Amino acid sequence: MRRALFAIGGLLAFLLLWEGYKLVGNPDGTVLFGTRVLPRADDLSMPHVWTVLSRLGQPELAGGSPVWTVVLRACLFTLGITAAGFVAGTVVGLLLAVAMQRFVIVERGLLPYVILSQTVPLVALAPLIAGWGGTIWPAWMSVSVIAAYLAFFPVAVGMLRGLQSPGTAGVELMRSYAAGWWRTLVKLRLPASLPYLFPALRLAGAAAVVGAVVGEISTGTRGGIGRLVIEYAREATSDPAKVYTAMLGAAVLGLVVAGLVSLLELPLMRHRRRVEVATL
Amino acid sequence: MRKSRLFLASLLVLAACGTADTPATTTASGGALAPVKLQLQWFYQAQFAGYIAAVDQGFYKEQGLDVELLEGGVDIVPQTVLAQGKADYAVAWVPKALASREQGANITDVGQIFARSGTYQVAWKDSGITSAADFKGKKIGNWGFGNEFELFAGMTKAGLDPGKDVTLVQQQFDMQALLKKEIDAAQAMSYNEYAQLLEATNPATGKLYTAGDFQIIDWKTAGSSMLQDAVWANTDKLNDPAYQQQTVKFLTATIKGWAFCRDNAEKCRDLVVAKGSKLGKSHQLWQMNEVNKLIWPATAGIGTIDEAAWKQTVDLSATTKNQTGDTVLTKQPAGLAYTNDYIKQAIDQAKSTGVDVNGATYQPQTVTLTAGGA
Repeated sequence: MRRALFAIGGLLAFLLLWEGYKLVGNPDGTVLFGTRVLPRADDLSMPHVWTVLSRLGQPELAGGSPVWTVVLRACLFTLGITAAGFVAGTVVGLLLAVAMQRFVIVERGLLPYVILSQTVPLVALAPLIAGWGGTIWPAWMSVSVIAAYLAFFPVAVGMLRGLQSPGTAGVELMRSYAAGWWRTLVKLRLPASLPYLFPALRLAGAAAVVGAVVGEISTGTRGGIGRLVIEYAREATSDPAKVYTAMLGAAVLGLVVAGLVSLLELPLMRHRRRVEVATL
Repeated sequence: MRKSRLFLASLLVLAACGTADTPATTTASGGALAPVKLQLQWFYQAQFAGYIAAVDQGFYKEQGLDVELLEGGVDIVPQTVLAQGKADYAVAWVPKALASREQGANITDVGQIFARSGTYQVAWKDSGITSAADFKGKKIGNWGFGNEFELFAGMTKAGLDPGKDVTLVQQQFDMQALLKKEIDAAQAMSYNEYAQLLEATNPATGKLYTAGDFQIIDWKTAGSSMLQDAVWANTDKLNDPAYQQQTVKFLTATIKGWAFCRDNAEKCRDLVVAKGSKLGKSHQLWQMNEVNKLIWPATAGIGTIDEAAWKQTVDLSATTKNQTGDTVLTKQPAGLAYTNDYIKQAIDQAKSTGVDVNGATYQPQTVTLTAGGA
């Protein structure tokens, strides 16, 4: 309840800031030493909040369906892509983390490449991944693969930290019970890793959304919110509010995914106490 | 550093594996339709109406082809897709495709659908800018990524040093920078960005801007225009008689599609809109009309590569320097960069079925744009 209030408060503060800046800001923006330090505040660059909202209710094109249904449908499409990418990325990340925890040589050999994988620019990678579409996986899955590619990283790194978190005392206790690697993993390391896993999952969720949106833009995949952002952006000259409706959709999609990921935590919350005991 | 190279190398190896097992293309056998993929440069819009119409009206089917149109995206390079064998044909601008050829893409221009360039530089009427020579000391918007060379050739021709005499500004997709007077002249395609200007509301009058508010510098008249949309084929596969035949069939149906769109602009507009284009109806009709102007009249027949225009494109590509001193091409294109062999056969075939391949009497219509192009 209080969290919801804070969220609404934050939204209101943002809206006030937006409209307030429009009120006092220079319509031509503030330029300092030839560099723009504050954005333009005119209606073309920053449409009024209510203009954007009312644009949502108007038809996309003359005689077409209202913008909000188009945006909603696009968001649902991207949500599906994001979910597929998130699940795939999480599974890969978990497996990598377990393998790296199990074999030091794997950690030494793999971790640098896991980190390196995130420094390869997405724009270079996206056409390559899109090119594989239709051969290794069906074409529509390419965007999910891009999302998974971004999502696996925080899970792999966070989970590895978590699996390595139990202290020597805990590990030695398990050894004194003659527990093998598997038993230690299930009874000690996995529960201990949960506090590390959930923040990592939240990061992965956000990364999957970014991957899906950027992947759609980059590969031109039709139907999602990323594609809609760029299609509407072409009309920024004559219909600026429309661009913001798509961006609003993308932002809401990000929030929804973040919310869904935190829901994942709920059933596992019960374990929390045990986790704290186990890590002591 | 070594590690990253290794990683990239392994990626490339993987990529090669990925493409190696793609099924080789399409030989028409019996009555079955041969599947053909055409890679477009961008999302569905009237710029590609001829291909869309040829699919919709069954012109490709008549030729025994089952054509699938592949939409472009921000990072999709049609000529690369073609060279990798992911598509059978691709639509691409000539200078950019030639640059890819120089880097090893083995492709050939087999049909120069757009005989003319649609690139403008647009300034405000009251700015006094009427030609490239007036750009001196002004802020000039350009798109970069190889879309800027007609502008640079135009400025060089007018005796300006693009690196020193003008302030170059990287331009966005939209035309806001010009409307805000942040730049003095903006790059625009006649069929797209220029229409966006005329769909925007003038805050001073509350009405849409009109053509009278702007001054167009058209590179066609300035003599620095380059060839744009062309159909490219895979050079190696052109040695295969089956692919040669398929190319002629593909071009024949493509010609019919574009002739159909010349005579039925509104119908083609509707086809594009039905394909899910997010651009409005009046915008698409404008685009259809402007694109038709780039094709028709086609004195030598649609798609025929004009040697003089080709030479101008290649020369400008090899000599024009952009602000970083780069040229599109470092040498004359080697090998089979273009051929009229297939388009000539296609023109003859289309003609024999009664298609007007010249459009000598073509008259563009006057399209009224509405707010937002809706």
